[in-house]
Amino acid sequence: MDIIIIGLLLGGTYALMAMGLQLQYGVARIMNLANGEILVCGAFGAIWFFTASKMSPIYALIFVVPIAFVVNWAIYQVMMLPLVKRAKNQGQLEVDSILATFGLSFIFIGILLAVFGGEFLTYSYLATPFLIFGEPYALNRIAAFLGSVALCAGLYVWLHWTRAGLTLRAIAVNPAAAGLVSINVPRASALAFALGGAVTAAGGVLLSMFLTFDASLGVIFTLKALVIVIMGGVSDVRGAILAAFILGLTETAVATLVDPGLTLAAAYVLFIAILLVRPEGLFGRRST
Amino acid sequence: MQKRVLLTFTAAAAVAGLLGLGAANAQDTVKISVVGPRTGVMASGAAVTHWPGFKLWAHEINARGGLKLKAGQKKVELIEYDDRSMPGETIKAVERLAAQDKVDFIMPVYGTGYNLAVAPIFAKYGYPQVTQAAVTDQIDALTKRYPTLFFVQGSTTSFATSAINVLKNLKDEGKIGNRVAVVNVADAFGIELANAGRPLFKQAGFEIVYDKSYPLGTQDYAPVIKAAKAANPDAFVAWSYPPDTFGLLEQAKIEGLNVKAYYSAVAVAFPAFLGKYGKAAENVLGAGGIQDSPAIRDYYKRHKEVTGVDADYWGSPIYYSFLQVLQQAFEGVGSMDRKAITAYLKKNKFKTIIGEIDIRNQRLDKYWTVGQWQDGFFHAVAGVGFSEYKPVKLKTGW
Repeated sequence: MDIIIIGLLLGGTYALMAMGLQLQYGVARIMNLANGEILVCGAFGAIWFFTASKMSPIYALIFVVPIAFVVNWAIYQVMMLPLVKRAKNQGQLEVDSILATFGLSFIFIGILLAVFGGEFLTYSYLATPFLIFGEPYALNRIAAFLGSVALCAGLYVWLHWTRAGLTLRAIAVNPAAAGLVSINVPRASALAFALGGAVTAAGGVLLSMFLTFDASLGVIFTLKALVIVIMGGVSDVRGAILAAFILGLTETAVATLVDPGLTLAAAYVLFIAILLVRPEGLFGRRST
Repeated sequence: MQKRVLLTFTAAAAVAGLLGLGAANAQDTVKISVVGPRTGVMASGAAVTHWPGFKLWAHEINARGGLKLKAGQKKVELIEYDDRSMPGETIKAVERLAAQDKVDFIMPVYGTGYNLAVAPIFAKYGYPQVTQAAVTDQIDALTKRYPTLFFVQGSTTSFATSAINVLKNLKDEGKIGNRVAVVNVADAFGIELANAGRPLFKQAGFEIVYDKSYPLGTQDYAPVIKAAKAANPDAFVAWSYPPDTFGLLEQAKIEGLNVKAYYSAVAVAFPAFLGKYGKAAENVLGAGGIQDSPAIRDYYKRHKEVTGVDADYWGSPIYYSFLQVLQQAFEGVGSMDRKAITAYLKKNKFKTIIGEIDIRNQRLDKYWTVGQWQDGFFHAVAGVGFSEYKPVKLKTGW
């Protein structure tokens, strides 16, 4: 029981890290290596807001999400669109976007250092035990889990039940064909990229309740998100969510039953195993 | 073509301006360089311990008119290089400062491995290297090989030994039982401490009821703390790094890990630790610790005023003390003659904010190893070479 609850809570954490990248990579086709830095920006926004106002960091979402949306939209228009336009195929776009966003990540780190300094930033919020079946769990993790579930559900419903969502899914399947049925691909891609950035920043806000951040920490989150997105299958947001929870449960089970030192190894064994059986990821489509 | 020339010229001027190489003030200043991590994995620690110390020191010297050398008073000009937490970059930066920039003095770099990596360069160019934030068991061999190398923070084993002795004393006084749970981060300092600690716990008569490692960057410590709690320990010891120190304590608090002694290695001494945990930090043990005194309190106040950040309770005051030592050595010699400064360090004793200190043997004769949060100050409760320490208190809940 313990393992399942802790595993689900950790899975929720991982889903928060990965969902934004899923949108950016799966739909907008931009392999965004600065994803982790966006998350750290969101977290710093929440930390700054909490220390300045002493109000619940959740309220920070009110300004973090729109700002992240606008900034990411601008990044797409200014930096990514020229790359998309000149790319002859998907492979070239991936290489170009990896290089460009790698550079972008350093710019973000530099800005964060200049604004917030390099030291550890952290605060304590809802760090109280919450009993489930008589066992204590951290209330802030449960809050983040609920936030994560709400985000996942919202995204899923939006993608599957609205016209705009349908458009994004069409692009995820085949951008060229989507263009043929009068979908404005550049605009919808910009929307997906901006939305992905906003989701990532929102994840940062929620994670800041229990993780300790510094300006240089982004790469850790990028790597985790990357593993989850590839594992889940690039073109379907359900894949990333499922992969996040599988990873959370596996790591917790290994840490509890075998040895906490092997969690990292277990995560990568799982990664390799899934890719061996399904190279396209859990929910990916086989290329024809 | 003309545009390009102009551009190059502007860029060169900008670089020169940044480095402060203005010809006018070159003669009235002493150029002292600091290499360290502004970015990368080591940056967060350096932002508390490394960079502000030099800033405060230079600010205070310049405020009183500069270093008093034979050629007159000279202001200190700090030149900073970011090594991006990569030893290769540290080596390049130090080599360049020594060979090309020919600066008057090079300050120690940040971190054990980084300091050892540049020791040959300091030795080759004859710059004394009073290492900070460097803890190793190889002090004897290294100081013999490099006559310019000084250590001020003791050996890895002394940190493990002191922590375990603090627990042993509590056990011998009958205040805690002999069951101890030990965890460590699977990274350099954590592994070294865990390996050094295992036989020492046995010798001290402890039973290790839980002994596991976890990877660097672990995001959830619930499984570790749950298992440690299930082993029903009297004391909990974590040979931990900054992010996990925070994560473990948060989980211990939630889980209600009610041990009578809670020790976590690196970062308990950070001001952010007290800031985050407040009352829960009370009586938590950790690496470092400082003896309280009016001089120290005054130092913390000045540090905050000048640099804008709070100093830590491990490295920061030691950094500052050794900058005081260097200042006395510079002024004692009366010039920036590196050889003479090294010789001066090996001949004299120095007065600092942590008392009179002696590094004639290329190592500091006394240092603190274990501290405990008591009433908002991280008091030294154990160390090497001091006669008195603050008594240890038992942890009574969170």
